[in-house]
Amino acid sequence: MILEQTLNKNEMKDLERNSKVQIDKKRIERRILINKIAKVIFSLSLVFALIVLAILLYRIGSQSIGWLNGGFLTRNLSIFPEKAGIKGAIIGSVMLMMIVIPVTFLVGVSTAIYLEEYASKSKIQDFIRINISNLASVPSVIFGLLGLAFFGRLLNLGSSILAGGLTLSLLVRPIVVVSSQEAIKAVPNFLREASYGMGASKWTTIRKVVLPVAIPGILTGAILSISRAIGETAPLVVLGIPALIMKVPTSIMDDFTALPIQIYYWTLDTVLTPEYANLAAATIIVLLVTLFLMNAIAIIIRNKSQKSY
Amino acid sequence: MSQLYDNKTVYDVRDLNLWYGNDQALKNINMKINKNEVTAIIGPSGCGKSTFIKTLNRMIENIPSVRTEGEILYHGINIFDKIMRVEELRTRVGMVFQKPNPFPKSIYENVLYGPKIHGVKDKASLEEILETSLKSAALWDEVKDRLHDNAYGLSGGQQQRLCIARALAVQPDVILMDEPTSALDPIATAKIEELIDSLKADYSISIVTHSMQQAGRISDKTAFFLMGELVEFGNTEVIFSNPRDKRTEDYITGRFG
Repeated sequence: MILEQTLNKNEMKDLERNSKVQIDKKRIERRILINKIAKVIFSLSLVFALIVLAILLYRIGSQSIGWLNGGFLTRNLSIFPEKAGIKGAIIGSVMLMMIVIPVTFLVGVSTAIYLEEYASKSKIQDFIRINISNLASVPSVIFGLLGLAFFGRLLNLGSSILAGGLTLSLLVRPIVVVSSQEAIKAVPNFLREASYGMGASKWTTIRKVVLPVAIPGILTGAILSISRAIGETAPLVVLGIPALIMKVPTSIMDDFTALPIQIYYWTLDTVLTPEYANLAAATIIVLLVTLFLMNAIAIIIRNKSQKSY
Repeated sequence: MSQLYDNKTVYDVRDLNLWYGNDQALKNINMKINKNEVTAIIGPSGCGKSTFIKTLNRMIENIPSVRTEGEILYHGINIFDKIMRVEELRTRVGMVFQKPNPFPKSIYENVLYGPKIHGVKDKASLEEILETSLKSAALWDEVKDRLHDNAYGLSGGQQQRLCIARALAVQPDVILMDEPTSALDPIATAKIEELIDSLKADYSISIVTHSMQQAGRISDKTAFFLMGELVEFGNTEVIFSNPRDKRTEDYITGRFG
């Protein structure tokens, strides 16, 4: 103990005289040690996750070398690996997002506005709120089955881009609803009061005061949900997206393939044609770069809009 | 019995009762608010004074469990009547809140928010409203060179005067103020008090305040609330010099509250 070196015995006694808590030096040393161990354990779990990620990136990175080039991005699908490209899958994914983004955004944000601004705070509303959060954790394959039954069969959309887009939009909508609700909730009430106080109606207040403040938060959630939709495979597989499609889609009613689907089928076929593994790896790189970019945009928007009131 | 309409009266509150769920917050309130006067509402915390002022523009209805009984006549029309649209009432009755609450927009956008939502589009009219409102709120000279800067760059006192300018821009008839200086320093408070005095010529003002000195300085009439009851209401000099009720005297002389 440091104090014993600077204080003499009498002073030390004086210091501890009234203290009911006796200082146990062994205890202090032990707690310091436990703290150190805890720190090591926690940092190791982070290192473990990073190592797995690094191995994965190294594997797909080395596999895709020589395969990932401009031609790969602009060529059509082919049964000959060296001639195959992912033009169709890229266009498929882009067109899919052209359905998912507006549908998810409009319906999701509207739902959030209703729940936060219009709905009265009753038990039924609470029940609905909780269940929307629950929907966010329903496995994606179940949404795929729902899409197959409703959009694919009942509305007879088959395995078109429209059916796929609507299904994916169902899947990620709860994420948009919940994150938009959070963003709307974070708008301080005194801003709404100021607007109501001047005779503004609810909708005017929402449009002119609430949404402008909440929009960065809403966008962050929307982008994250869309990046999830781009990577989703299971619902599309269930919808019956064909394994091999040579034609590039031109309308939303066409059959299509998307990036994650392409990865999935090429990986399956690796048994017959080993080079497909390299194609899958190259496609993974394309998909990952897209996802990282989208998440980066979401983070930038979030950081830029951090405001204090 | 015929009720003569007295055009000096802006608000005539009759047998007003208000409950939050099962808790009664206002009990049988009867009082009048006159034109071109400052009416101060004083009382200890939780006495119902904020509830009362927020009832005058029906802001209180944003709390779901609120239930009211009785009448509040605004120029002879019951504000709880179906024919009275709450949007119209609040356009005529402006409000300034306890904490300055400008929008996270420019000074320009803040002041013109009201006129714009009420459909004023003409640029010349907007500019004119902007200037007169800011001048009336004694803020023009301080902000005229930075009208397009964000309102959050202003000091607390300036923000509160901006909120007053924003309320004035809608050209209301009454201004309700809910402890408008409680978040401000003494200098900013003095400026707001001066402003209230000058606004009296054109507006009827009702102000909730924690500070009895403030009520004494700025008001013509004072209402003393205690536990949801209006204990005493009358001319400010009378209330402060010669209160009728023992409880008013105790509160004013600082024996409780």
